Amino acid sequence: MIIKAIIGIVAFLVLAPFVGGLLAGLDRKLSAKMQRRVGPPVLQPFYDVGKLFQKEKQTPTRFQDFYVLLFVVFVIASGVLFFSGGDLLLVIFTLTIGAAFLIIAAYSSNSPYAELGAERELLAMLAYEPMVLITVIGFYMYTGSFRVSDILAGDSMPFLPLLGIFFGWLFILTLKFRKSPFDLSMSHHAHQELVRGVTTEFVGRTMGWIEISHWYENVFLLGFVFLFFANGTWYGWVIGIVVAILAYFFEVFIDNCFARMKWQFAFKSAWIVAVVLGMINIFVLYVCF
Amino acid sequence: MGTIVFLILFPMIIAFILLVVKGDKARDVIVIGASAVIAAMSIVVAVQFAAGGGDFFSFNGEVVSYIMMAVEAGLCIYICITAAMHRKWLAFIFAIIQTPLIMWFEFTRGHGIEVESNLYIDRLSIIMILIIGIIGTLIAVYALGYMKDFQHHEDEKGNKDRRPWFFFVMFLFLGAMVGLVTSNNMIWMYFFWEITSLSSFWLIGYTKTEEATNNAFRALIMNLLGGLGFAVGIVILGIVFQTVELNSMLLIGSVYGDLVAIPAAFFAFAGITKAAQMPFNSWLLGAMVAPTPTSALLHSSTMVKAGVFMIIKLAPVLGMSNFAGLMTMMVGGITFLFASCAAISQVNAKRVLAYSTIANLGLIVACGGVGTAGAVWAGIMLIIFHAITKSLLFLCVGTAEHHIGSRMIEDMDGLFNKMPRLAMCMIIGIAGMFLAPFGMLISKWGCMVSFVDSGNILLIGCICFGSAVTAFYWLKWMGKLTAVVAGEESIEYGVHRTETFVHITLVVLVVLVCLLFPLLSSYMLVPYLEITFGGLAGGIMSSGNMLIMVIMVAVIVLLALFGFGKSRKPKVPIYLAGANTGDNRTYYGSMQKEVAFSLRNWHMEKYFGEPRMNLIGDVLCVAMLVIGLGYMIATLVSLMGGVM
Amino acid sequence: MSAAYVTKSPWVVHYDGSSCNGCDIEVLACLTPGYDVERFGIINCGNPKHADVFLVTGSVNEQNKGIVKQIYEQMPEPKVVVAVGICACSGGIFKDCYNVMGGVDQVIPVDAYVPGCAARPEAIIDAVVKGLGVLQAKRDAMVNKVEAPAEEAEDAKAIEAAEDAVTEEKKAVAVPPIFTMAEIKVNTMDFLKK
Repeated sequence: MIIKAIIGIVAFLVLAPFVGGLLAGLDRKLSAKMQRRVGPPVLQPFYDVGKLFQKEKQTPTRFQDFYVLLFVVFVIASGVLFFSGGDLLLVIFTLTIGAAFLIIAAYSSNSPYAELGAERELLAMLAYEPMVLITVIGFYMYTGSFRVSDILAGDSMPFLPLLGIFFGWLFILTLKFRKSPFDLSMSHHAHQELVRGVTTEFVGRTMGWIEISHWYENVFLLGFVFLFFANGTWYGWVIGIVVAILAYFFEVFIDNCFARMKWQFAFKSAWIVAVVLGMINIFVLYVCF
Repeated sequence: MGTIVFLILFPMIIAFILLVVKGDKARDVIVIGASAVIAAMSIVVAVQFAAGGGDFFSFNGEVVSYIMMAVEAGLCIYICITAAMHRKWLAFIFAIIQTPLIMWFEFTRGHGIEVESNLYIDRLSIIMILIIGIIGTLIAVYALGYMKDFQHHEDEKGNKDRRPWFFFVMFLFLGAMVGLVTSNNMIWMYFFWEITSLSSFWLIGYTKTEEATNNAFRALIMNLLGGLGFAVGIVILGIVFQTVELNSMLLIGSVYGDLVAIPAAFFAFAGITKAAQMPFNSWLLGAMVAPTPTSALLHSSTMVKAGVFMIIKLAPVLGMSNFAGLMTMMVGGITFLFASCAAISQVNAKRVLAYSTIANLGLIVACGGVGTAGAVWAGIMLIIFHAITKSLLFLCVGTAEHHIGSRMIEDMDGLFNKMPRLAMCMIIGIAGMFLAPFGMLISKWGCMVSFVDSGNILLIGCICFGSAVTAFYWLKWMGKLTAVVAGEESIEYGVHRTETFVHITLVVLVVLVCLLFPLLSSYMLVPYLEITFGGLAGGIMSSGNMLIMVIMVAVIVLLALFGFGKSRKPKVPIYLAGANTGDNRTYYGSMQKEVAFSLRNWHMEKYFGEPRMNLIGDVLCVAMLVIGLGYMIATLVSLMGGVM
Repeated sequence: MSAAYVTKSPWVVHYDGSSCNGCDIEVLACLTPGYDVERFGIINCGNPKHADVFLVTGSVNEQNKGIVKQIYEQMPEPKVVVAVGICACSGGIFKDCYNVMGGVDQVIPVDAYVPGCAARPEAIIDAVVKGLGVLQAKRDAMVNKVEAPAEEAEDAKAIEAAEDAVTEEKKAVAVPPIFTMAEIKVNTMDFLKK
């Protein structure tokens, strides 16, 4: 048990940035292909971060670094808790603290662009948070435990009973990955009216850490997708991993097919999805199990 | 037992002394001295009884009962006269119904009922006493400095110094609260209940402006309505079950849950009014006109906590899946969701705090309504964390208001530079209100688990959406506070030393409670729950998770000590599209004119407008109350019919 | 010590001084599938604080000199400046206007000049890629100056010293522009004659 947890933690700490970075590289490559471009090398995200670490150190306030540090620590901690088989509620609460500190870091500079990004990130949080909680509760109602290790050990696949929640989770992944149509707070593309949203005032290696934490975060979020298929058998694992990767590229696909929507749409649609897909699924679970 | 009686009477004696003392110096000495004694005494009580886990005291109360009745009659006459003078006929009617009702009951039926023990103490009472004794007195100490500034403004308006009255009511309040949480005799409890209602009436109406008087009467009317519910509950309890004791009521409830639910529903109704649940939330919002220490007192350690204390006490009866429990948990859940939503649209810091209080109380009420061991664990944790953090936040806002001249959140721009220490206290307070390793979220966790276990889908929806909304309005405020606005000078020199002392003490308490809550849980809550519920149900956080939480708090605290504000990177100006004039506050506009920018948060009036949220919440809660109480009355009538 | 990451991910910030938008269109054309600068890891990031390469189009005048200067200052080292189009190089046909100060190099040091009216996308890409060499040189200078004197603690003083060193270096490192000013003048005259 403990050995498994330790293996999970170490694997996550070491592999997640590589997987996350690679996924980001494939994302850019695939987007380029969809636009009939050649696109950057697959390793481009690593070059970017490498470069960011070689830049001059700067900061707008003496306090920003502290908040960014907490963001990095808590995002990684949430992944560690997840992959060590910890409690799902604890995992998402930890992730929420991480997200909160990113927002606070952006606020702390008192820069209009950063604050605009922070406020939009805050709105995104308001939009996705109910669905995240519903997902966790759905897992609990079906498997009877909040612990990832128990869910993994269970012998039935939560995917079908949690079908609505699964699609709800896919929906908010767009918000979490900050992909179009919901790339409200910062964009990976050249939408420049926000400059770079939340990250406007992060320079050099601070920005590098933000990128690395996003890799960790993305892997961890895909871990949730995997969890829908885990049933203690080898094919459960295979299906889970395959679907997780497919889910990622599905988000990339969505990203390239949509323009950015207004925040009103993001907020309303996310809540409607949470009520319709999430709550109805919970109700079905309550009736059937 | 002596110590408990001391804790009830001593504050009251101090109150009367403060009423006659006019000098500032003397008042300072008395208040600080008395506060120290009360705080020390409450710790003594805690140490004395915590190990034993609870005692009942017979405390032969024939004489005391008569004194109480006389005082009650006097208060009733007082309320009737004041109400008539201000033409508040509702207050008049409620007062004129309930006191005679109780008197009639006591003279005709009360004598026949044997009361075994009038006072008791268990671990929940100990927790409440600690909250009242420590937080309540800290607020009193804070009020010393605050009221000096306040009186300074009043003097300018030519209003006379009524501070002796203010401190009189404050200490009276504390004494009554201790009485309330240690009464086993429901009639005694009712007496203290009425005193707290009246004390809050006096405190809210302290400034005697028209608005204050109106709001004070609104509070009084709503609480008298609750008191009426209380009185009806006592009468039913006495007539049907031949007892007026809390513990025997709970004992009977464990066997005849559905029957005891009838008086319990009325008691819960009283608790709901006092805990300012929708549709009765307007009295707590109206209470904002009073000086800030009043708000802090009402919101954190007294008054509203009496309401939720009542409901948590009733939890074993409410938790037996009867209509009373359903009514309570739905009112709590709905209030939590809609009060949280309404908080988004607020610009006034005190109103945000008020809505957050209402929302958190909603959560506690819902926990009480669910009534499982896990839910009650979460509810008590919420009471503790909420008392500390909310008093801290109110007292911080009070100080900020006196120094920046506004209680609007948007005016707190640059508070981080203007009043660094205060801003840090506020940030810690806000973190305590919603961030994971700090306090509140621990209890929210407990709530979530127990709500899911209770199988109430609507409640799950309420907490999922409500939690997201809660994080939203706290974070946007926290963001305002953390913003480092260039070029602001510190103006922190004028803060009273007592105020700073109280802030720092509360911050230390917040951090300590966050670090020590596993101990609190295993030495206070779990034994209490084991006695109350007989063995433990699931839903209480595992010790591993508690440990992780504590480690997280420790990590944040350590990182803050070593890293906060210590970045050595060169500072650069912020990005203003290349037009920053260099001071980070202004940019070059057209014609090279320097234009200052200002940053504002969103309030989403269109989605979360206050009137709309209140309307929806009120309608739903009224429906729940009508259904719940209606069902109970119907059961009662059919029952009586059967008897007759 | 430093792997050559700086040259592999040049992020660009683009500022339009007082260009007629001709060169701006060409800068944006570089991002289109036709030219696809993302092949070289180039991203138009729109924020000087993230950027490595500063593309300026149009001449510098009294209105925008402060802005050009500030954007340049807000870019963290190492950084290069590319003047895109003849106006940015020398002021072009607006050179003698009452408010025009001339090329970008009147305000900030320029590392590469791209002539043309409008500049061709190929030339812009070429200039950015050439600029990468400068970027690497500046990075090397930064590493040498920063890490040699203060190995343990990079306190503010060391960094300030390093900054000074870098500015010194800027003057010292002679990077041959793609076109010298003389050539540009000749080209321009030819162009105008046509």
